[in-house]
Amino acid sequence: MKIVRKEILTEAQGTKITKLDILAPLIAAKVKPGQFIALMVCPEGERIPLTVVDKDDLQGTITLIFQEAGLTTKLLGKLNVSDSLFALVGPLGHPTEIKKYGKVILIGGGVGIAEIYPVARALEEAANRITVMLGAKTASLLFLERELKKLADDFCVTTDDGSYGRKGFTTDALTDLLKSDKYDLVYAVGPIPMMRKVSSVAKDYGVRTIVSLNALMVDATGMCGCCRVTVDKETKFSCVDGPEFDASLVDWEELGKRNRAYLKQEEHICNLLIK
Amino acid sequence: MVKEPVRVREFDAQKRIDSFDEVVLGYAEEEALKEASRCLQCKNPACIAGCPVGIDIKKFIYEVTKKDYSNAYFTIREKNNFPSLCGRICPAEYQCRKACVLTKKGEPFAVEAAINIHFLERFIGDYGIKSDLSVNAEKNQAFSKLKVAVVGSGPAGLCCAGELARKGIKVVIFEGLHNSGGVLRYGIPAFRLPRDILDFEINYLNKLGVEIITNFLVGKAVTLDELFEEGYSAIFLGLGAGIPSFLGIKGENLCNIYSANEFLTRVNLMHAYKFPQFHTPINIGKHVVVIGGGNTAMDAARAALRLQKIKGLKLDTAIFYRRSEVEMPARRLEIEHARQEGIKFRFLVQPQGFSGDENGLVSKIKCLECKLGDPDASGRRSPMPIESSDFEVDCDLAIVAIGLKANQILTKVTPELKTDKYADVVVNPETMETSIKGVFAGGDIVGGEGTVIEAMGMAKLASQTIIRQFTEKK
Repeated sequence: MKIVRKEILTEAQGTKITKLDILAPLIAAKVKPGQFIALMVCPEGERIPLTVVDKDDLQGTITLIFQEAGLTTKLLGKLNVSDSLFALVGPLGHPTEIKKYGKVILIGGGVGIAEIYPVARALEEAANRITVMLGAKTASLLFLERELKKLADDFCVTTDDGSYGRKGFTTDALTDLLKSDKYDLVYAVGPIPMMRKVSSVAKDYGVRTIVSLNALMVDATGMCGCCRVTVDKETKFSCVDGPEFDASLVDWEELGKRNRAYLKQEEHICNLLIK
Repeated sequence: MVKEPVRVREFDAQKRIDSFDEVVLGYAEEEALKEASRCLQCKNPACIAGCPVGIDIKKFIYEVTKKDYSNAYFTIREKNNFPSLCGRICPAEYQCRKACVLTKKGEPFAVEAAINIHFLERFIGDYGIKSDLSVNAEKNQAFSKLKVAVVGSGPAGLCCAGELARKGIKVVIFEGLHNSGGVLRYGIPAFRLPRDILDFEINYLNKLGVEIITNFLVGKAVTLDELFEEGYSAIFLGLGAGIPSFLGIKGENLCNIYSANEFLTRVNLMHAYKFPQFHTPINIGKHVVVIGGGNTAMDAARAALRLQKIKGLKLDTAIFYRRSEVEMPARRLEIEHARQEGIKFRFLVQPQGFSGDENGLVSKIKCLECKLGDPDASGRRSPMPIESSDFEVDCDLAIVAIGLKANQILTKVTPELKTDKYADVVVNPETMETSIKGVFAGGDIVGGEGTVIEAMGMAKLASQTIIRQFTEKK
């Protein structure tokens, strides 16, 4: 649970994204693309889930990439090399179903870019033709661009402010792609409005979208039901039934509201504890 | 002529809801002696058969009357490793006290006059803690090379580990959460089971040489096969009933509708009632409705009431139950405590749906009134909703406490492990061995939700089989 490497990937416009390599040999040996871990920074801390972005079997490390948002990610960002987490458990959730789909578009928005990386690599290894599409607010908030570009058969970037790549949203670029060619699958991770829009665009062109959801969790092992989400009118637990679901079946409205259930407390505790 | 039962001292109901401090204060020595002296010392004591782990109740109570507390302690310990724990949370009125000769046959639960066996057990258990009494592990050469893996550190896992460790067998407990105890830690609030008592009982296992590895999910981090490859000779599964059931009604995923497991986990395991000193948040409402009639519903309601008090809100927490009070599966003591504290009870109501505001927060609950029909499979009269009796009340926080299903993290990745239609693990009831040789199971993962002491009873049986198989092997 010891941090062996730390790198601040980007810090601009009040957004800070950090990468940590953490010693966790058992998890490193078992984790598959799409799976996550739950961690606690300190004994009085919260348990939060984070996707495992990479692993190194030989060194026994896993890589986490996170954006500082709430208290826990801010505290995590304060840890340094050779500090240890208080708790770390995994790998959790179902892995991504890796097989030959054909032509796959992977879309990462914001810190979601990190989460498409392991899936993109596995799908590429499974002989899919992959298109990687990254969306960020601005050029300086992009990361993993080089790594993902290397993997991808086709690659594009959109920025909200047009400072790099195409100006606009990933969904605009997605619409153009789907207009011009036939694709077999879209895999998207990012903010809820983005995933929702991607799903709706892809559906218009008859393409299925898989998303990895970022529901709030407590134990992350199926015990509490905090992460419940309505999928195809049925209640599912993101932690043990997911975290990936068919995007067109997800009740996004509900998920968005549930993810805001503790915003007031989050703001209060951040003001109190983060200088 | 049987003397009046000695009522146990309790923390004042109006004061105790300011904190999560223990409610039942236990017997002082004089009280314990007086209560023990009421025991008839029956020639054929029925109480012992009422105890799932078969404590020699008659003997330990006799030892109490002789002020021989140490021996009373060892008499209990002979059969039960956790007297301070069981003395607090065993539903004695359904077990030993119901079997007590002072309770007439056919009563649904123990009468008040039945000997307060559990309070005496607690008195002795706490005496053992104060006097630092302990049972040592046997030195057994034959077992010195054997290692048993216990999956889950709840009541079943702890019990199995304790039984094996006492025989000199090396035991490693694997726990998925960051702290041990299972439901004792995340489910049962400190006002029923103080954390220092729980820690003491678990630390006692450490003294016996048991190793507890937290943050370790068997099934995810390692498979059962890999545990055997690592040199474990047997595996005990005390996985628990970890998945909360929901009602399946409209609006149930609105914000501020919690499963009892989530609400209690936030409060007990994560200490959300001490936010922001602890970082896990919890919401509380002005009008809290808890749905269910078991101990978990009582725990959740009483925790919610305390949060209302701590937040300076007017107390308004109600338990909605679809049958009547007599059918409630909760301990009578818990119902009484909840009522003393100001929890309201609404019987014979069946929730139909929730409605919420524009932010997705629950605001109302809609229910139907019920009447009691014929007894169902559980032997209790079943609730029958009355047509057009629907009504709606304010509810800005709801807690669903209607039961739990099997945790399937391990069973799903272990197809050779036979499960039943409830996804519970199938065992040979005489040995507790599963469909995989050398793999045993007990507690709520076998046969669904039960009590702590029932889980311990199964775990004990499993440990006996493991010891027998080890003995035969050599």
